[in-house]
Amino acid sequence: MLHYLGRRASYSVISILGLLTLVFFLTRLTGDPSALYLPLDSTPEARAAFAHLNGLDQPIYIQFWNYLADLLRLDFGESMRQHRSALEVALEAFPQTLKLAFVAMLLSLTLAIVVGSMAAARPRGLFDRIATVVSLAGASAPDFWVAIVAILVFAVGLGVLPTSGTGGWEFWVMPVFVLMLRPFGLLVQVVRGTMLSSLASPYIKTARAKGLARHTVVFGHALRNSLLPVITVAGDLSTGLINGAVIVESVFGWPGIGKLMIDSIIQRDFAVVQSTILVTATAIFILNILIDLLYAVLDPRVRY
Amino acid sequence: MSDISSVVPSTSAAKPRGRVLFNYLKRDRLALVAVVFLAILVIAALLGPWLMGDAATKLGLRHRNMAPFQIDAGWLYVLGADTLGRPILPRLVVGAGNTLGIAAAAVFTSMLVGGLLGLVAGYSENWYSHVIQRGADIIMSFPSLLLALIVLYTLGPSITNLVIVLAITRVPVYLRTARAEVLELRERMFVSAARAMGANSARIILRHIAPLVLPTLITISAIDFATVILAESALSFLGLGIQPPEFTWGAMVANGRGYLSTAWWIAFWPGLAIMLTTLSLNILSSWARTVADPQQRWRLQTLKKAAR
Repeated sequence: MLHYLGRRASYSVISILGLLTLVFFLTRLTGDPSALYLPLDSTPEARAAFAHLNGLDQPIYIQFWNYLADLLRLDFGESMRQHRSALEVALEAFPQTLKLAFVAMLLSLTLAIVVGSMAAARPRGLFDRIATVVSLAGASAPDFWVAIVAILVFAVGLGVLPTSGTGGWEFWVMPVFVLMLRPFGLLVQVVRGTMLSSLASPYIKTARAKGLARHTVVFGHALRNSLLPVITVAGDLSTGLINGAVIVESVFGWPGIGKLMIDSIIQRDFAVVQSTILVTATAIFILNILIDLLYAVLDPRVRY
Repeated sequence: MSDISSVVPSTSAAKPRGRVLFNYLKRDRLALVAVVFLAILVIAALLGPWLMGDAATKLGLRHRNMAPFQIDAGWLYVLGADTLGRPILPRLVVGAGNTLGIAAAAVFTSMLVGGLLGLVAGYSENWYSHVIQRGADIIMSFPSLLLALIVLYTLGPSITNLVIVLAITRVPVYLRTARAEVLELRERMFVSAARAMGANSARIILRHIAPLVLPTLITISAIDFATVILAESALSFLGLGIQPPEFTWGAMVANGRGYLSTAWWIAFWPGLAIMLTTLSLNILSSWARTVADPQQRWRLQTLKKAAR
């Protein structure tokens, strides 16, 4: 178990380091930040001083070496835009995204398990057909479009929900709904598919022959065995949920990591871009390990 | 699979198979609608720019923000006009060409690159196989949209870069599938036979293994098409995808975003077009899965009996 975790962790550290290296060189290619941060008529001396202050006048491999050395000391650099620790900026935005993603994932997982199991219980029935079309539509909908149509209807048209920002529960409705669409749609399909094959297995016939009620068989016997692939897909979708978060946060003005990332890329705030990537990648790595542990809990046959 | 079809005379085997598939398609009305919609879309995308390319870019300040469902100004304006008075219907048709073209180019590139890398990573045990796999892990472990944003901002937004970025984010999918297939195929007798006859690795991979991996990759690419369309639209919506004067559906939604309260139709129609296209693709791939799965195919067959 510990051996497995150790190997898993070392792989992830290599991945994260590779990612940071890639991003370091890519962001350095985007151009000189002094063009964005200093006034247009500033003198060459001022530009040089700015570059020197931020260590941008050194060759790129020295910059990279300095960056790695700082990383080892857990120093992630300073945000050029906000003049404070870049990690602090990233860690401040991250919980906002985490809250949003957690609520959306929990809701879509619960709903998808219920809807998918009910659809699989009577394949080709009316409920199954409706569920299939709705879930396919959810998986195919462009989230940015659904977001602005929702704003159009509920905020501009009916005036019942706020267009953007944070605050009470009414600010959560539209972002969570939009973020749920894709995971919900895909998960319903997965639950339905695995439930169909579970329900076709002999042990279900035995359970039915014993005289157990239909819903006991569907939710008690078949569902437990179908959960494993569902958890796998849900884990993969959680990484993708960050994609959705970027869109949702930028449309609804949600101060999360996605919005921070876009803003920092556009403003060439290198240190913040790197910190957001570090934070996101670490979170995804922890999530993957948790999912592996969950396997062992759900399926007694799985041992590491 | 292929050795069976080579035993049966191919002319008699191919024809009924196509007809059987068509019959299955006719049973499932939803899938049939999806196929018809996609066919119309592809024809429109191919012929559209030639038929009404001029109308899509012609400014008409008299028709600024014209509301939809009026035909006084001509049937081109039936879906309304945008802020510069350009009719939306022809723009949707021209945008379809760009959207589908970019997606097709990205899917094809990622299939080619991912497939080749996967063949190499699966066939050899050298150090570069491990490098290829770790590379795929890195791409997979990170949200694709963020990666695309960074790369696009670095390289600068253009159609070529957009295709490259979209392809990079999808490469791991093909790479992993191809590798998994090769791992199994390379232990088969025909590979040993080829090696015994003196074929080198490149020949074995390209002539003996690749043809057997290709059908799987093509199947995946059909499903992947919808994902790539959505990714491209999202990037163009965020302003880092296609740049004016070129446009895709995603860019059209972005244009209309500022006019939501005054002219909802500018952002609405292109988004609906994206949704209908990806929905059709998903319906079709879900239908194909049902047909390909013998456990589920009997449902279509029993439907057939009931219909008679």
